[in-house]
Amino acid sequence: MTRELKRVSIVVFLMFLTLLVSTTTIQFFQADNLSTDARNARTVYASYDTERGPILVDGQPIAMSVATNDEFKYQRTYPQGPLYSAVTGYYTLGQGSSQIEQSMNDYLSGTSDSQFLEYLNRLVTGQNPQGASVELTIDPVVQQAAYDALGSYQGAVVAIEPSTGRILAMVSKPDYDPNTLAVHDSQQVLDTYDSLLAASGDPLINKTINDLNPPGSTFKIVTTSAALQNANLPVDHTEPNLSRFPLPGSDQTVSNAGGGTCGGGDTVTIATAFILSCNIPMAELGVEMGEGSLGDMAKAFGFGSELSVPMDVSTSVYPRGLDDAQLALSAFGQGSDVATPLQIAMLSSAVANGGKLMTPTLIDEVRAPDLSVLESFEAKEFGTPLTSVTASTLSGLMVDAVDNGAATNARIDGVSVAGKTGTAENGEGDPYTLWFTGFAPADNPRVAVAVVVEDGGGLGQSGTGNQVAAPIAQRVLEAVLSK
Amino acid sequence: MTNPTASVATPDQPAPTPGRGIRRIRVPQKLRNVELFLVIFVCAVNALAVVLVQFGALGYADGTVVTLGAGLSILVFGMHIALRFVATNADPFILPIAALLNGIGIAMIYRIDIAENLTGWESTAVRQVVWSGIAIALAIVVVVVIRNHRVLQRYTYLAMLIAAILLLLPMLPVIGQEIYGARVWIHVGAFSFQPGEVAKIALAVFFAGYLVSRRDSLSMVGTKVLGMRFPRARDLGPILLLWAMSMAIIIFQRDLGTALLYFGLFVVMIYVATGRASWVVLGVGLFLAGAVIAGQVLVYVNDRFTNWLDAFNPEIYDATGGSYQLVQGLFGLANGGLIGTGLGEGRPDITPLAQSDYIIASLGEELGLAGLFAILALYLLFISRGLRISFAGQDDFGRLLGVGLSFTVALQCFIVIGGVTRVIPLTGLTTPFLAAGGSSLVANWIIVALLLRLSDTVRNQPRLVI
Repeated sequence: MTRELKRVSIVVFLMFLTLLVSTTTIQFFQADNLSTDARNARTVYASYDTERGPILVDGQPIAMSVATNDEFKYQRTYPQGPLYSAVTGYYTLGQGSSQIEQSMNDYLSGTSDSQFLEYLNRLVTGQNPQGASVELTIDPVVQQAAYDALGSYQGAVVAIEPSTGRILAMVSKPDYDPNTLAVHDSQQVLDTYDSLLAASGDPLINKTINDLNPPGSTFKIVTTSAALQNANLPVDHTEPNLSRFPLPGSDQTVSNAGGGTCGGGDTVTIATAFILSCNIPMAELGVEMGEGSLGDMAKAFGFGSELSVPMDVSTSVYPRGLDDAQLALSAFGQGSDVATPLQIAMLSSAVANGGKLMTPTLIDEVRAPDLSVLESFEAKEFGTPLTSVTASTLSGLMVDAVDNGAATNARIDGVSVAGKTGTAENGEGDPYTLWFTGFAPADNPRVAVAVVVEDGGGLGQSGTGNQVAAPIAQRVLEAVLSK
Repeated sequence: MTNPTASVATPDQPAPTPGRGIRRIRVPQKLRNVELFLVIFVCAVNALAVVLVQFGALGYADGTVVTLGAGLSILVFGMHIALRFVATNADPFILPIAALLNGIGIAMIYRIDIAENLTGWESTAVRQVVWSGIAIALAIVVVVVIRNHRVLQRYTYLAMLIAAILLLLPMLPVIGQEIYGARVWIHVGAFSFQPGEVAKIALAVFFAGYLVSRRDSLSMVGTKVLGMRFPRARDLGPILLLWAMSMAIIIFQRDLGTALLYFGLFVVMIYVATGRASWVVLGVGLFLAGAVIAGQVLVYVNDRFTNWLDAFNPEIYDATGGSYQLVQGLFGLANGGLIGTGLGEGRPDITPLAQSDYIIASLGEELGLAGLFAILALYLLFISRGLRISFAGQDDFGRLLGVGLSFTVALQCFIVIGGVTRVIPLTGLTTPFLAAGGSSLVANWIIVALLLRLSDTVRNQPRLVI
């Protein structure tokens, strides 16, 4: 019997050895994987134990954590919820987070590498861990003006300081109140989240950076830049002035917005085509220059580049491998061209800044709870798409477009405004996407702006960029200039 | 230590009979003093655990430690004193280990009570203390009443009858109760009880008695296949009966864990009794075949297998009766990491049944891998003390009973903890001594009493060195 007992003892020992291995596997080797599983509520609870840092605009919190008596210790609140919803994003129990709340989470939650010692110190001394504060580049006056100007349109406004890349305003509509997603009842959060997901106009999407629309005529900035700089054409270079342009290799034709020719005469200059925003001369230019010149210029402006501000920006696309028909369409911002409002603002920003494009960002400064600076703003150059000569020519054309061209609704008394409208077609019969981008003052630019109004601004196919988007941009520019 | 000659040398007093006197005064006191020292230490650890839970979860400590600690401590000391009188040679480690596991369990149950805002008689911890009291009192009765374990051999078939009745009780219409899909409970007034827990002891007694008398016919004859001697068809009766019983438990009571426990117990005991590995092959084969068929036919068994194999699949995770609990338990363990969150600092209450079936995940979360290793070591030590009895025992009934009782504890730990840690499919058994539940406590404390009685008998055989 002793031999059998020995074997049973070995079996018992092996059973326990198995348990030692299985517990070690879970608690040591798999622990990190398990704690990052989205369904792991413990990780979320742990994050609520931290006094999450505030998000500041001009020193005032637009998102902050307030001590509560419930099990989560802190309640996240957004004092001006809807106004900043595209910037702050949300921070929820169970449905994740978005925008700055998500992209700056390491700092806000105090778990970034640069806060590690501080975190340890607080852990050991028994203080509540505390996150860093994030100060944004947003100007509250410009933000408010953009928010009010966009009104109830579905669309977005983004304003950039051309010389630095600082984002001064970022508005996306329809908006939502992030406070409704910050409640500590996961079922209520889920219900609100689901209804926002289902809501028309996608309020949870930040349209300034994550919504891609055909850029329409705003893309003529790129085409004109390519013609002047990459193809070395003079601004008075002429193209045949047609009222119908047959797409090469296709039975379809392109027409100008008005239906006729581009001004009078048998030929039309690049300058006139730009100022009056004619499609046919741009299509002709595009086919003449070829995909290389156009594509290189689009790339230099940021098309096809990954960017984070620090939220990840959807990549704007200028397609490659085009036949002549597609090339013609792409030259005036149709075909498969798509762009974010931020990308379109970057076009103006580069022109405004003498051809040098600054990398846009929202982050001004990150400060630890002890007020030491963890990260501070540094103007970074994205690239130099234009020479100063081309930039100044483009700037002049954009001023003419506002003064006596296709973008007259952006005029401001006593200030020279540069601008370009866009009225982009989507599908057959679908409402247009209405654009405006520009900057002011033209001689010493302080702000570059892009406005997009989707769903035709409620006007179907009868609205234009100049009619709907330009007045919105005008109010945003005014807000900066009156400071 | 007392000099054994001292009591004999005093002329005025009548010296006790030398043989008995020497044993009683010398060795046993040493054993019982070791036990006393350990029991004091264990009670201090248990009290400390409750205080730490309070500081961790509430931020302050109050008199609760007295309510929760004193009840258990007094009875454990009572049992210690009883042993000094009726089982002086009993193993000194069994009682402290059981008391420590029981105490840690109460602390963790109390911790979940705090998270769920249960107080007074609503509090599971308070009920657990009361049940611990009842269980230890019953254990004392067992140690006092059963002075010689061989008595139990006389009641072999009575034990079988008791086991059968206990197993059938939950199937009765009025008192039987179905909880979480398993029909293993009886409900009388405010009390619910899982008779299957106690039945395992009766079964161990029955198996030991039966196998001792039948071992020869079960081990000697048979035909040789592949170098192993397989029993004759007519000797297959008992194992087939047990197999049928396990399958009946799976089908009618929907309790996979208990079926596995009983069948595993039987297979190990018949192997130890006969020395024939063929029984193990037969038994494991039969059970696997049964489990595979049950997995095909019975939905709940199939679910258990799916939950086990594909726990993280969102569909299975969200399904009713899906892997939510299993996955949450894993999250809890992961949250604990190597050293745990500290008592009262984790979120074990997120996992369903954190006080009973999932107490090991709760402990793993707050005490960490280090704590679980300590707990597993305690179990292993407890089981090894039981197996020691079997190694050293001189009567086959006692040896078989010793290995049977120890092995049930081992197997039960493996089934529960293995289920929680995804070694095997999850089944609803209690973790011995730790989990909230009266029936489990009563059963395991009776095992403590029987092991103590067996170890006392073993050490009373003076010539044997263990």
